[in-house]
Amino acid sequence: MRKVAIIGVGQTPVGEHWDASIRMIAAEAVHAALEDSQVKAVDALYVGNAYGASFSSQSQLGALIADYAGLGSIETFSTEAGDASGGAALRTGYLAVASGAVDTVLVLGVEKSTDTVSTAHVRARNVSLDADYESIHGATLTALAALLMRRYMHEYGVELGAFENFSINAHTNGGKNANAMYRNQIKPGAFARAPMIADPVSLFDGAPDADGAAAVILTTVERAADLVPHPIQIIASAAASDSLALHERADLLDLRAVRASVNKAMQQANITHGDINLFELHDAFTILSALTLEAAGFAERGQGWRLAKDGQIGLTGTLPISTFGGLKSRGNPVGASGVYQAVEATLQLRGTAGANQVPDARIAMIQSIGGLASTVITHILSI
Amino acid sequence: MTFHPNGDNRSFLMQPTKPVGIVGYGAYVPRYRLPGSEVARVWTNGLGGSPVTEKAVAGPDEDVTTMSIEAARNALARAGIDPQALRAVWIGSESHPYAVKPTSTIVAESIGASANIQAADWEFACKAGTEAVQASIAMVGSGMGAYTLSIGMDTAQSRPGDALEYTAASGGAAFVIGAAEESCAVYQGSYSFVTDTPDFWRRADESYPSHGERFTGEPAYFNHTTSAASRLLDMMGTTAADYTHAVFHQPNVKFPSRAGQMLGFKEEQMKTGLLAGEIGNVYSGSCMVGLTAILDVAKPGDRILMVSYGSGAGSDAFDLRVTERILEIRDRAPKTRDYITRRTVIDYATYCRYRGLLRD
Repeated sequence: MRKVAIIGVGQTPVGEHWDASIRMIAAEAVHAALEDSQVKAVDALYVGNAYGASFSSQSQLGALIADYAGLGSIETFSTEAGDASGGAALRTGYLAVASGAVDTVLVLGVEKSTDTVSTAHVRARNVSLDADYESIHGATLTALAALLMRRYMHEYGVELGAFENFSINAHTNGGKNANAMYRNQIKPGAFARAPMIADPVSLFDGAPDADGAAAVILTTVERAADLVPHPIQIIASAAASDSLALHERADLLDLRAVRASVNKAMQQANITHGDINLFELHDAFTILSALTLEAAGFAERGQGWRLAKDGQIGLTGTLPISTFGGLKSRGNPVGASGVYQAVEATLQLRGTAGANQVPDARIAMIQSIGGLASTVITHILSI
Repeated sequence: MTFHPNGDNRSFLMQPTKPVGIVGYGAYVPRYRLPGSEVARVWTNGLGGSPVTEKAVAGPDEDVTTMSIEAARNALARAGIDPQALRAVWIGSESHPYAVKPTSTIVAESIGASANIQAADWEFACKAGTEAVQASIAMVGSGMGAYTLSIGMDTAQSRPGDALEYTAASGGAAFVIGAAEESCAVYQGSYSFVTDTPDFWRRADESYPSHGERFTGEPAYFNHTTSAASRLLDMMGTTAADYTHAVFHQPNVKFPSRAGQMLGFKEEQMKTGLLAGEIGNVYSGSCMVGLTAILDVAKPGDRILMVSYGSGAGSDAFDLRVTERILEIRDRAPKTRDYITRRTVIDYATYCRYRGLLRD
């Protein structure tokens, strides 16, 4: 296997891009990444997208975007793994370069999720659940997250307010990110009083779905050294899976796929938890953040929320998370979120994160999750 | 032709050959009120707020025709003209009782207009009424007729349980347009800003409208109202401070308040015409009934900005100046405030019966 590096990144602001179609925001991110990398052409384009077929009435995004963005008749297709589609595209690109199949790859995550009304939106989103056993009975991702959160609060005797610092931290960081969707600050206490979406998941808990596109360009470490001054190496790429349906899980509060993919990734990278300077996790709900920190080995079971409470997740904490706002404040452009994480981690490791910079960042872990940790794809990046 | 932010855009300003104005005005708001808390009680277990305190509801024997006649009679009483002198009766609404058969002919004959008139029903979502006013200004201003009657009136529809149900209300206003020297408010100029923006619609044969949720905000309401208003101000050489009153289309309280704020208007300039909190969104009549409330209290010399908004989408912005004649005519008919304070609160079940929401 060849070593793989990131030599270019690009992103569009995350938000409601009602004046642009999916190909337009995709091309914006593609061109930004090409410009950043100084590379003129790529051998392949892999597109992470979850709901283009329903949100945008569009499949074959690879060919559509390669043509529209002027990339030529290159190899291209999309990967789908629910909200982990971006992470899946990144892993596809990584494998393609590492295997020697291609030399330079453009990995794009793109989603246009705000062009439908809420009923159609929920219906489209529900296809990532277990159709036969969950969504057919009226379950939604938010409702199932609420079940997990309620179970967590019951098992560990945790109050609702204990989760607030995940959202406060995300908005503190997102407030400094010009590409973030919601840059408002959340005041202490407001979280527990926010209107309920699916009790106990409130308006200030779940991440907002959004439009956005992000791109990274990958090539071999050898080629990267000749192309850019500060290539960022991908030192691990690992995926794992779990049942879609929550009822199939022996232990609801153990995200097995998170644990498995993190363990594999850390073995590949040959690092320990203490080596990781920041963790872009999939904070679609605060309960996912708490459970992820536990399954990934950063906290004991039932203690994940304490990392947030003790201020360890801030930019200068022991384990900064959601450093550009995460899904919660930057916004969740569903199939693109995993690639936004790669872009943001790259900026951190380059030392060009501006007001969002984590001091002395050398190693970053990013993790893209589909459903409630049914698909989990973890990458570790290093300078 | 493109509007240039820093250029000379006066060719876009609409001004007729002959000076014209509002010769008579009249409001009508039906008696019944459905509190927002009643909608919340039925649909959200009382949780969540309401964008308005209550909304005006037409009674079981009222529709756009009957309510237009009420408002028209008030406008004619203030104008003090013979209805036979009218040369047009135009009614803007999105709840015309018939799909085919004009409301305007029934209203025209009911108020005693002659057969020598233009009559038509206008449709442009919530700006159908002000579109009819623009047409009246053109007709009188070109000399084709001495007086015309333009009405914006609605019994707005909303699907039970939809967010619109809190606000979709009944009511409106009528304006007799005539020569400036007879007017209580002289027309200074207007401008219309229109794009293809599908934020809200109701197809033929559908009972209730559909809407694009948050899309109805920034790219729809705010883009059109602020574009129309700021361009009119630019062409008139005015700023917000030059107006005593400003009134906007009011689908709720928040939208017009914010649009006014974005344009530099202060609460003091907005409050007289902002009625949505008390009567809801009366659609085609929304900013027009707000204007009647302003005229009820305005002083000679006051300058008024009125900005409508219709989904689909567009805004008409008007610059008006109040004359001495307002003092003479305003007491000839019931004031808008009289209609607002004349209220009978109903519960949700009665509302369903009055609005015909219970079906076989």
